[in-house]
Amino acid sequence: MSGGLYSTEDKSFDTKLNLKKLKPYGDTMNDGKVQISLTLPVPADEKGAEAAKELAKKMGISEPAVSHYGSLDTHFSFYVVYGSLNHTVDYDEIHVETVDIETMDMYGVQNFIKENIKRDVVIIGASTGTDAHTVGIDAVMNMKGYAGHYGLERYKGIEAYNLGSQVENEEFIKKAIELKADALLVSQTVTQKNIHIQNLTHLVELMEAEGIRDKVVLIAGGPRISHELAKELGYDAGFGPGKYADDVATFIVEEMVKRELV
Amino acid sequence: MQDSKLHLDWDVVADARKSAKNIAVDVQTYIDDHSTVSVERTICRLLGIDGIDKFEVPLPNIVVEHIEKEGNLTLGVSHYIGNAMVETGLSPQEIAEKVSHGELNLGKVSTHDAFEIKLAIDKIARENTDKIANNRKDRESYLERFGDKTGPLLYLIVATGNIYEDVTQAVAAAKQGADIIAVIRSTGQSLLDYVPFGATTEGFGGTLATQENFRIMRKALDEVGEELGRYIRLCNYCSGLCMPEIAAMGAFERLDVMLNDALYGILFRDINMKRTFVDQYFSRIINGFAGVIINTGEDNYLTTADAIEEAHTVLASQFINEQFALLANLPEEQQGLGHAFEIHPDTENGFLLELSQAQMAREIFPKAPLKYMPPTKFMTGDIFKGHVQDALFNMVTIMTGQRLHLMGMMTEAIHTPFMSDRALAIDNAQYIFKNMKDFGSEITFKKDGMIVNRAKEVLEKGRDLIKEIETTGMFDTLQKGKFAGIKRPIDGGKGLNGVFVKDTTYFNPFMELMIGGDK
Repeated sequence: MSGGLYSTEDKSFDTKLNLKKLKPYGDTMNDGKVQISLTLPVPADEKGAEAAKELAKKMGISEPAVSHYGSLDTHFSFYVVYGSLNHTVDYDEIHVETVDIETMDMYGVQNFIKENIKRDVVIIGASTGTDAHTVGIDAVMNMKGYAGHYGLERYKGIEAYNLGSQVENEEFIKKAIELKADALLVSQTVTQKNIHIQNLTHLVELMEAEGIRDKVVLIAGGPRISHELAKELGYDAGFGPGKYADDVATFIVEEMVKRELV
Repeated sequence: MQDSKLHLDWDVVADARKSAKNIAVDVQTYIDDHSTVSVERTICRLLGIDGIDKFEVPLPNIVVEHIEKEGNLTLGVSHYIGNAMVETGLSPQEIAEKVSHGELNLGKVSTHDAFEIKLAIDKIARENTDKIANNRKDRESYLERFGDKTGPLLYLIVATGNIYEDVTQAVAAAKQGADIIAVIRSTGQSLLDYVPFGATTEGFGGTLATQENFRIMRKALDEVGEELGRYIRLCNYCSGLCMPEIAAMGAFERLDVMLNDALYGILFRDINMKRTFVDQYFSRIINGFAGVIINTGEDNYLTTADAIEEAHTVLASQFINEQFALLANLPEEQQGLGHAFEIHPDTENGFLLELSQAQMAREIFPKAPLKYMPPTKFMTGDIFKGHVQDALFNMVTIMTGQRLHLMGMMTEAIHTPFMSDRALAIDNAQYIFKNMKDFGSEITFKKDGMIVNRAKEVLEKGRDLIKEIETTGMFDTLQKGKFAGIKRPIDGGKGLNGVFVKDTTYFNPFMELMIGGDK
C-alpha cells in the first residue's frame, strides 16, 4: 500500500530528464506517478478494488494502489488509484497544429482593418444545431467580452451579429448570405455522443454546396474544439479554452488579407 | 417590522413589490383576453385526450388543428369536445380518436345547448381534476409518513438521453443522498410545438419530456424512496412552446418541481412574449393546484450578463415572477425563485457579494423555497478548483437557508455528470451542510459593512428598475432589452401565430376548478 507521508519506495530508476522518454512526474523525475479515478459497475469491496488494480495494470501502470474506494449504489463503486506509468513518449517527435498568429489587441485590430481592409468586416456567430449554450459565443461576441477582453460587438470596423443558440445550419448560411458575412463563428458547447462533429461537418458540406465556403473565414470554437480538429473538419481555425475575441479577430482580419477576401 | 440581518429598508421592499404587482396586473389584462394553441391542447390533455396517430402526431395537436380548420378555435376546444360528447355520448378520448381517423368532423356536429355542453365537460373535468388533487394528497401522505427534510434539498440532474439509463443514475443518486431528481430535457424540445409520446431512449444533452418518461421515473423514485424511507422529489421542465401541456402531464404523474418562468422562454428561447405570458398563466394555475414547486430562471440572466453589474435584474425579476405566480394562485410556499453563484472567482470579496445577494433573497421572500444554482459560467475543466468553487457555493446555501440546492459538479464544462461526479458533489455538500449547520444563525453582519451595503445597493437598483418597467410596461421593457441585455420584439419570436383572442362565450372548465387552490 501507500508509503504514507514519507515514501520509502525504491527510487533506483534513472532520475535524469530524458525528453525522448518523457514520463509523468510525481515528486521525483521519471517516477511516472499518475492518479486515476473510475467507477465500476460492481459492489464496493476487496474484489472491486482488485479489479480496479488489474485495470490499472492493463493501462500500463505498475504498482497500482487503491487509495480510496466507496459505494455509489449496491452495484456501483468508486475508486481512486495511484501508480507509476510504464509508458513513455518522445517529446521531440510531437507536432501540434496551433493557430499561428501574433494576437493584436482591439485597437490593433481596428487599425489593421482601417489600413488593410478599408471597410467594415461582417462577422456572424451562433451556437448551431441542438446546442442551447451561448456562453462561448457570448464571451467572444458580446460587447462586454470576457475576462477583460472586449467582445467583437465593441470593435470599430466590425459588424458583429450574434444569432444566439439552436440555430440550424441552413438558417445560419441563409443569414450569412443575407448579411454578406466575411467570417462565420460556430460555437459548440454541450454535446453528447459527438453530435458536434456531425453538426460541424454538416455545415461545411452545406457551405460547399452553396458555393460560399471559399468566400468566407470559417471558425469553430468551444471547450472541446482544438485547432487541429477544426482544420481536419474543414474549418480555417479552431479556438478552444483560453482564447478570446482578440485572438479570433486577429485571425479573421489577417486571413481575409491573406486570402484576398477584402 | 421584519427583522433583517442586512438592515434592509422594508419601505423600499414594499415599494418594489407594489410596482411589481402593477406590472403583473397590467400584463394580466392581456392574458385574460387570450388563449393559445398550447393552452387548448392542455385542456385536451386535462380532459383525458392522449396518444398519437400513425404519423406519431399527438392527438391533442390533431384535435386543436382540426378545430382551427373545421371550426372556430376562439370558442375553445371545451365547446367542441363538450358539444360532441352531448351529441355522441363518447368520451373525449374516443372523440379525439374518431377525429384522427377522419370519422368525425367537430365543425359539422349540430350545436347543443350551452348549459348541456358545460355539464358534460364539467363532469369529466372534475374527475380528472380529482386525479390531480389525489396525486397531491399522495405526495402529502408520503411526506407525512417519511417526514420532510429540513434545510437544503439536494437537487441533482440526470441527462443520459435514455430514460432507462436515467433511472439507473437517479436511483444511485437518491441512495447517495439526492432529494430532488431533475431529468434534463433534450436540447431543442422547448421549440417543439408538440409533446413527444412514449418512453424514449434517444436525446441530446438530455431526455425528452414525455408523460411515459415521467411515469417511469416517478415509479422508480417511489420505489427507491420506500427503500430509503425518504420521499424523492421529481423535477422537469415546464417551459417552451408546450409549457402548460407539460404542467398537465406533470400534474397527472405527480411531479413535484417544475422549471416554470414567466420570462425565460422569451429571453432565452426567443419564444414570442404574448404566447409565453398566456401559456405561463395556465401552466402556473395547474402547478399551483397540483402542489408543484416552480423554479424560476433568474439564474440564467447571470450566465449571459455580469453577476455583479446585473444582480439587481435578478431581484427585479424575482419580484415580478412572484406577482405573476400569485395571480395564478400559486402560493409563495411553491415559488422556487431562482438565483445563482456566478461571480467571477477572481473577484476580491466575491464571496461576500454572493452571500449578500443570497441573504437578501432569503429575507425578501421569506416563505419561498429559493432555488440556488451553482457556478457554471466560470467552471473551467480544472476539476480540483471547481470542487472548491462548489464548496464556497455550498457554504452560501447553508448560511442563508436556500432550499432547492442544485448540486455543483466539478466536471461542469466537461461532460454531463458521471455517476461518481454526483457522489463527490453530494459528499462535498453534506460535509459542509453538517459542519456549518447553524453558522448562519450564529453570525450577524456589520452594519455599514460590505455585505449590508451591497444588499442596499442591489435592492435600490432593483426597485428603480421595477419602477421603470412599471412606467414603460412589460412588453416595451422586453423590447428594450432590460433583462439579460436581450431585446425581443413584441411580434417576434416563435409561437405568435398560436395566440388568439377568446370569444365572449369561450370557456375553460379548469380555470374555475383549479383556482381555489389546494382543495
